[in-house]
Amino acid sequence: MASLGGVTGPSIEGRPRAEAGSEVAISARGITKSFGEVHALSGVDIDVTRGTVLGLLGPNGAGKTTFVRVLTTLLKPDGGSARVAGLDVVADAAALRASIGLAGQYAAVDENLTGLENLTMVGRLYGRPRAAAKARGRELLERFDLLEAANRPVKTYSGGMRRRLDLAAALVVSPPVLFLDEPTTGLDPRSRLGLWEVIEGLVAEGTTLLLTTQYLEEADRLADRIAVIDHGRVIAEGTATELKARVGGLRLEVTLEAGADRPAALAALAGVGSDEPVLEDGLLKVSVAERAGTIVAAVTSLSAAGVGVDDIILRSPTLDDVFLSLTGHGAEDGTDPESRP
Amino acid sequence: MRRLITDTLIIAERNLVRLPRAPDLLLAFTVQPIMFVLLFRYVFGGAIHTGYGNYADFLIPGIIVQNIAFGGFVTALGLNEDLHKGLIDRFRSLPMSRAALLGGRTLADVVTNVLSMIVLIVTGLIIGFSFHTTILDGIAGGLLLALFGYAFSWVFAFLGLIVSSPEAANSVGFIAVFPLTFVSSAFVPTQSFPAVLRAFAKVNPFTIVVNATRYLWEHGHGIAASNVLFALLWTAGILVMFAPLAVSRYRRAAAR
Repeated sequence: MASLGGVTGPSIEGRPRAEAGSEVAISARGITKSFGEVHALSGVDIDVTRGTVLGLLGPNGAGKTTFVRVLTTLLKPDGGSARVAGLDVVADAAALRASIGLAGQYAAVDENLTGLENLTMVGRLYGRPRAAAKARGRELLERFDLLEAANRPVKTYSGGMRRRLDLAAALVVSPPVLFLDEPTTGLDPRSRLGLWEVIEGLVAEGTTLLLTTQYLEEADRLADRIAVIDHGRVIAEGTATELKARVGGLRLEVTLEAGADRPAALAALAGVGSDEPVLEDGLLKVSVAERAGTIVAAVTSLSAAGVGVDDIILRSPTLDDVFLSLTGHGAEDGTDPESRP
Repeated sequence: MRRLITDTLIIAERNLVRLPRAPDLLLAFTVQPIMFVLLFRYVFGGAIHTGYGNYADFLIPGIIVQNIAFGGFVTALGLNEDLHKGLIDRFRSLPMSRAALLGGRTLADVVTNVLSMIVLIVTGLIIGFSFHTTILDGIAGGLLLALFGYAFSWVFAFLGLIVSSPEAANSVGFIAVFPLTFVSSAFVPTQSFPAVLRAFAKVNPFTIVVNATRYLWEHGHGIAASNVLFALLWTAGILVMFAPLAVSRYRRAAAR
């Protein structure tokens, strides 16, 4: 057993306890980690308020998984410090493990065991008696719509079912802080939607969640605050709305009819937008100052110029726009130095 | 300490409940060794002169040790798979004992090893093998083999955690086990070996454990039997060296 020497603070049976009153559930300062020449993390600072969801958004290889591994005691940081649920991730690692749940990118369940056996095993390893662990396992299977498959070996499960079981395994003790590392990567849209609903339910119950994702839509939907991470650094942090405000306001997009008079269209929209309209492959884009009246003004102006229009929309900037403007590259690019062989 | 014991038992259970569900694995533990017994007894056995009255008596201890060695592959492969599928990440993120995953796996190996040993002894009894000593010495031999198998499981546990893939676990394991098994007294007397191989066979723990078991089952005398003490020393040495190595590797294990 690891020694817990040097630990301060209130303790029960010699173990430090999570600080009940603390408002910050996760805080990291200057976390660095290198693998040989590769600097996976070059000084990450993050705070997550109790009961909120932080979306850690970044491309493959940005350092998201490494950061989660540091916060869940799987990896010792080279520098910096971090506390989760009031416990230091290095000094109090053994005690901290009782307060966190982790579901990884790769569904970490035993294929040869049944769903119920998996959950019962994890519950017992958290120190619960067998009967209690089994009862909790059933409860979670029911909640995640897996009760029918409870006694089937996991190798017969679909990808979505495995992810739900993996998530259930992270919840057997209702940990106050939950880490989900790319929970929906590789899932079909329907399973993804199902998993999102499950995650939203957890958050509604007050769980603090740190979620990594490379899907902007996912961060937008689930996270209260988003930290954009690239090359081992947090390059922007804020709510989705704040981040979007950084790249400007509304955008008007007009899809022209084939054969439409493009110069005339550009001229017609020049008076409507707040900047110069640009034309890309028959799609006209221009920033606009306010929503009211914009579409009517654009259509009137285009129709007066005799330009045929297929479609016209007014939209807020997406996180894709945010990512592109912050990093100079899209969210799906990038190489992954940490990827598995 | 209590945590270590309960967690170890939970993991051992995890590794054992799968057995009845994986008929191929069960086959590896039962039918395959029987095939080897028949092969050596009836195909090669007639041409091997051991100086023993009965080749079956010579063969059974050797084939049990060979079986323990090859059965260890399952441990190395299984742990490597756990590593790659992220299961070891999950276990390491749980508030469980750091030694329990490997302790449980190796404990489960003892059960499968003893199961195979029983199958082999029963097969042996049918083809002419017999104990020539007391029940106590018979049990002592079985115990020695089980202990040695347990120590050897830790070698495979370590191997499973250091290699890069299940395929690598397979080939590295084979390279390690092949000479230990065949350049030993497991199937043939070592007198006919060239000098270098004979020297290797003489210190090879497989030879020592096989000879000790043969002596126990042929002549008896418990711990005082020829080679028994030496075999126990080898067993303890392997355990003392590889168990801490494997656990330390597990503590730092990274799926990527």
